[in-house]
Amino acid sequence: MATTIQPLETDHEKQRLRQSNSGGGGFRNLAPVDGNLKAVDDHSTEPARTGIWVGLAAITMSFAAFTSALLVRQSTATDWHHLSIPPIVFFNTLILLASSVTLEIARKRVADFVRDKGVTKQVALTWMGITLGLGLIFVVGQCGAWLKLRAEGLYLATNPNSSFFYVLTAIHALHVLGGLGGLLRVIDKLRQPVLWLRRSTMDATSYYWHFMGILWLYVLMVVWIKL
Amino acid sequence: MSEASAHVQHHAPPTSFIRKHVFSLDHKVIGKQYYALALVAVFIGMVLSWLMRIHLVWPNAPIPGLSLLSRAGAPGGVMTPEYYLSLLTMHGTLMVFFVLTNAPFAAFGNYFLPIQIGAEDMAFPRFNMMSFWTTFLAFCILVTAFFVPDGPPISGWTAYAPLSAVGSDAGPGEGLGQTLWGLSIFVFCIASLLGSLNFIATTLDLRTKGMTLSRMPICTWAWFITSSIALLAFAVLMPACLLLILDRIAGTSFFIPAGLVISDRLQPHSGGSPLLWQHLFWFFGHPEVYVAILPAMGIVSHIMINSMRRPLLSYKVIIYCMMAIGFLSYMVWGHHMFVSGMNPFSALVFSFPTLMITIPATIMTLIWLGSLYGSRLRITAASLFCLGFLSMFVSGGVSGFFLAQPSIDIYLHATYFVVGHFHMVMGVAAIFGVFAGTYFWFPKMTGRMMNESLGKLHFWLTFIGTYCIFMPFHYLGLAGNVRRYSAFVDDFLVPLIPVHRFITFAALFTGAVQLIFIYNLISSRFRGAPAPANPWECTSLEWTMPSPPPFDNFAGKHPVVYHDPYQYGIKSSTGDYLMQDSPEQPGTAPA
Repeated sequence: MATTIQPLETDHEKQRLRQSNSGGGGFRNLAPVDGNLKAVDDHSTEPARTGIWVGLAAITMSFAAFTSALLVRQSTATDWHHLSIPPIVFFNTLILLASSVTLEIARKRVADFVRDKGVTKQVALTWMGITLGLGLIFVVGQCGAWLKLRAEGLYLATNPNSSFFYVLTAIHALHVLGGLGGLLRVIDKLRQPVLWLRRSTMDATSYYWHFMGILWLYVLMVVWIKL
Repeated sequence: MSEASAHVQHHAPPTSFIRKHVFSLDHKVIGKQYYALALVAVFIGMVLSWLMRIHLVWPNAPIPGLSLLSRAGAPGGVMTPEYYLSLLTMHGTLMVFFVLTNAPFAAFGNYFLPIQIGAEDMAFPRFNMMSFWTTFLAFCILVTAFFVPDGPPISGWTAYAPLSAVGSDAGPGEGLGQTLWGLSIFVFCIASLLGSLNFIATTLDLRTKGMTLSRMPICTWAWFITSSIALLAFAVLMPACLLLILDRIAGTSFFIPAGLVISDRLQPHSGGSPLLWQHLFWFFGHPEVYVAILPAMGIVSHIMINSMRRPLLSYKVIIYCMMAIGFLSYMVWGHHMFVSGMNPFSALVFSFPTLMITIPATIMTLIWLGSLYGSRLRITAASLFCLGFLSMFVSGGVSGFFLAQPSIDIYLHATYFVVGHFHMVMGVAAIFGVFAGTYFWFPKMTGRMMNESLGKLHFWLTFIGTYCIFMPFHYLGLAGNVRRYSAFVDDFLVPLIPVHRFITFAALFTGAVQLIFIYNLISSRFRGAPAPANPWECTSLEWTMPSPPPFDNFAGKHPVVYHDPYQYGIKSSTGDYLMQDSPEQPGTAPA
């Protein structure tokens, strides 16, 4: 018997403090509020981080299913015409990878800003904005790739390779759009006078975004390589 | 009750009707919404099965009102063979997706998982709400298929390609109806993924102080494992549905081979693989069986322990077995495809894990039976349904041993033997788990007790009725009675028609018996005796709060957990049990 009952507030506050000190976001009261800081009372820090890993597992599984479909279709097909990847796709790849770098810089700037290390909010916002911009360029660039294929007479149903190219790149682009939504959310939270950006939100968004980069490299490999 | 004094996260109690009862973020309301949707779906599914059963034994008799549902499908009230298949498809789809997935997993899981781990709500309440309403949207899309000109699809709940992929040339319902089916299941997948994500994150992150993984009730474990299975299974079905829809509307050829002539028309496709659809579908489809049955196993274990007033022989082995079943469920999908034309060696490969998966299932059954041996079981409607579950699970499971072997399955696969097998082990057993859960948790969910006498009557009539329906199916299968036929006019099938007639009467009877349950549900909701906080003297956290629970579950406090969930058969100040949040030291020696 006799487990000592600890008020959880203390634990949460300690945990909060630890997280806010360990970089990559946190909370800071920039304007006086009524003493009832939501960020302190809010204990749902971890679920966002766990949730994103679980979500990434589901996305991985979906793309594994697409891949297995592609492998089966390719191995049994007599109608497989391997298409040449439009050059703009490689440019898009560089853009997406660059956006991961800028996001990491943005994450550091946000952490420095939260810890009062002489970084203004504007700097953090600028790097987040650059990341967002690069993400948008990627999506627009993908549209460019689709238009290029279309101009070559390669449509969704033209041959199985073009089918898979359109499906995989479109599904990936949809996921990237979701990531852009996440970035916008972080930017919105950063812009508030009272900073309620949780570290887990920042982390979850960046994990997702980096995963989009890795996933894109995978998709590119799958549609590029002829087995 | 011991509670720490901290405030936890709040979303403020809603005040408007819409936010309170319709677009609610409260996991308890969402759980009830899932339950209600499952009830509607099961009612429609059951009526469809009645229509099919009536048609099977009186194929030329008009069914009053049926022509109103579909003039083309049932001219003069007599259904066409194609319309029989349409109803078959809708029955299977409604039952598997909207009943067996929703009721034991989404409904009870939503309501009780957060409470049983001491959380105020799910980790992502907005996702939770979206999950239900997306499911509802999927349901509406599916039901719309009844009202489009060609009616619902005829390709079965498994939607085998190329029949499901080529469009209206393949027959009535294969036009818009089949597209709606694909869209509905696609949307359903999104909902299930959101739900599973929520369950996993909630279980991992929102457990209260002292609630270690090994202190979670077995049903919480079951919902957690189920959500892990569902996450990966629906993540595969979703792309499959997308590819199917593209084959149908965008002219791609993922599942449609070259040179296919249907209805005297050469299909404009080339090189697709119909077997690919089967592989993708059953990679989801077999884990889905466990999405239906694992929560029922958890619920039944939880209730049985409470009724026996002692723990199971082993808590840990039950958990490990459920994990093993979850893991193995991904390796056995090919046993649905023994007659698909795939390589016979593949059949052998799939047969082995299929036989292996019977081991954890058998261990679990032995633990349940061994724990029951010598116990003084409290006979309630809930505990009776638990026993019914065991009976159904064993009866339906044993036939699985036969079907797991390709040489036997090849003979039995297209017969009623398989229909009997999966209805008992997956359908009825899971539904019995839902009934047990309903009789057990209704007092907590509504604040009123259900009528126990009616509950017991409901059990016995349902128990006998379902055996009368599904046991003869095995006999029919062994006699070579093919499934998916809308009438039995072949010489060798005619002698079996009396058996079918018996089954039809049993189905009508068993369906009618469910009115007792519905009456009990509704009348108890309004006129039942007020339920105390813990009518069953149960130990888990949901019974520490008033019935029904307040909006924020633990009234803004975190409970602190001191015990494993099954402290029964001990001496304590409360009697023969200790609540999980009681700091009292359990005594020794059972009373």
